[in-house]
Amino acid sequence: MDLYRENVLDHYKNPRNYGSMGSPTVKFKDSNPYCGDELEFSLKIETGKITDVKFHGTGCAISQASASMLSEKLIGMILADAMKLGKEEMQKWLGVKLTPTRLKCALLPLMIAKAAIAEFNEKKQK
Amino acid sequence: MFESLKLKADFPTLKRQIRGKPLVYLDTAATSQRPMQVINAMLDYFNNYNASVHRGIYTISEEATASYEKAREKIAKFINAKPREIVFVRNATEAINLVAYSYGNANINSGDSILITQMEHHSNLLPWQQLVKRKGAELLYTMVTDEGLLKMGEFDEHLNRKPKIVAFTHASNVLGTINPVKEMVKKANDAGAAVLVDGAQAAPHMKVDVKALDCDFYAFSGHKMMGPTGAGVLYAKEGMLERMEPFLVGGSMIREVELQSAKWAEIPQKFEAGTPDIASAIGLGAAVDYLDGLGMGDVREHEIALTKYTLGKLSQFKDIRIFGPMDAEKKGGVIAFYINGVHPHDAAALLDEQGIAVRAGHHCAHPLMRKFDVPATLRASFYVYNDKQDIDRFIEALKMAEMVLKK
Repeated sequence: MDLYRENVLDHYKNPRNYGSMGSPTVKFKDSNPYCGDELEFSLKIETGKITDVKFHGTGCAISQASASMLSEKLIGMILADAMKLGKEEMQKWLGVKLTPTRLKCALLPLMIAKAAIAEFNEKKQK
Repeated sequence: MFESLKLKADFPTLKRQIRGKPLVYLDTAATSQRPMQVINAMLDYFNNYNASVHRGIYTISEEATASYEKAREKIAKFINAKPREIVFVRNATEAINLVAYSYGNANINSGDSILITQMEHHSNLLPWQQLVKRKGAELLYTMVTDEGLLKMGEFDEHLNRKPKIVAFTHASNVLGTINPVKEMVKKANDAGAAVLVDGAQAAPHMKVDVKALDCDFYAFSGHKMMGPTGAGVLYAKEGMLERMEPFLVGGSMIREVELQSAKWAEIPQKFEAGTPDIASAIGLGAAVDYLDGLGMGDVREHEIALTKYTLGKLSQFKDIRIFGPMDAEKKGGVIAFYINGVHPHDAAALLDEQGIAVRAGHHCAHPLMRKFDVPATLRASFYVYNDKQDIDRFIEALKMAEMVLKK
């Protein structure tokens, strides 16, 4: 049962930072049409740092656990560092080896968080 | 039921062990396993008479041509058609696209309508969607009941609009629903429509008689009926094929070419441009032989028994939704289901760890998933090489997956 190691199941069944935010600085929603994973990330950004993260959505254990782990790591991160996160970090945190198909599930939360930050950066420039 | 161990031995991939457990393959609806007899027929071509068809005068080319055309004859006999009514294509998807372009472009005008159903696979939906966009026509749908049957009242009503083309599936790849095709074809014919039946999930699993059905077009894929990927079939009434312009043009499908014009070849060559997938056609011929050896009546009986057994076992799960008819006689050997609180992808991954191969996803049927309000489902589908032990292992693994994943 390596794919579903205890910590993945734990994050799936007890997701951290689950819910929505009163007044987020930015939020972004997306889905994985392949299997119906859907996630929305809300971020609070203050002086170039992520100070709070909330996410909600539905989907498979990998996408939900990924989102939960990512949300913990993002809090306190400066935007530039968050944008540098990639596949290697996600796989390390999940602690499991992913097939190309399931990798899409694991990367969805990261893609959404980065899109939210990109949107924030764009708004700031205007 | 078939003597399963003996049959399984014919299918080499079924020897595989997945994480130390024998493979249980329950995804025939995606692609079937291929028996040694089919593989050997293809190897025989590659090893002994590898040459092009319809071109050479020399021995091996004549042998290749004979083998290729013999395969066409076998397929024609398999569905009670004439050889000149059998067009080799890559798969059912290509067959349907061929009709949408070749027949559709010439016969659909602005304001016309095309009638399909809510349970169609994307391959029998998108070609029509694109056709109506090209022509400014309308795409009408017969919707599906909560039990997974077509709303026949709607079908009748839509026929009053005199759609030019009516297309529907013989058997659903998600619900397993076997539609009342004979009745539907008759009604559509009476309404003056050209009728296409998508037989991808039917031709491999039950006897199909296109003359009795009286449809204009019937499409199916070789790789779902033990043939290789690369050979599929479009059956079309010869009158239709004679009147239709070709889809792909080029070598092999002409009689004569001038600088500014060309004369097409006779049917079915008119629709087989370029060098075909010779080996795959030969392989498909061998697949037909194998199925004839089993008898399509027995194939169907075997699947009904397995479906009944599986439905019984699945019904014992709490919080399970099983889609489509619950009567095995009215259902192809395809069962899609959803256990609340268990995401299909997670379940499929855990089943894989037990050696069980099932499909998780939307099965190329987004409108159907939306109707049943599920993002994805699990799907188990059967063929002659599955037996009750396969099902028992599947159910055990499913119980375990549910235990691990349920919140």
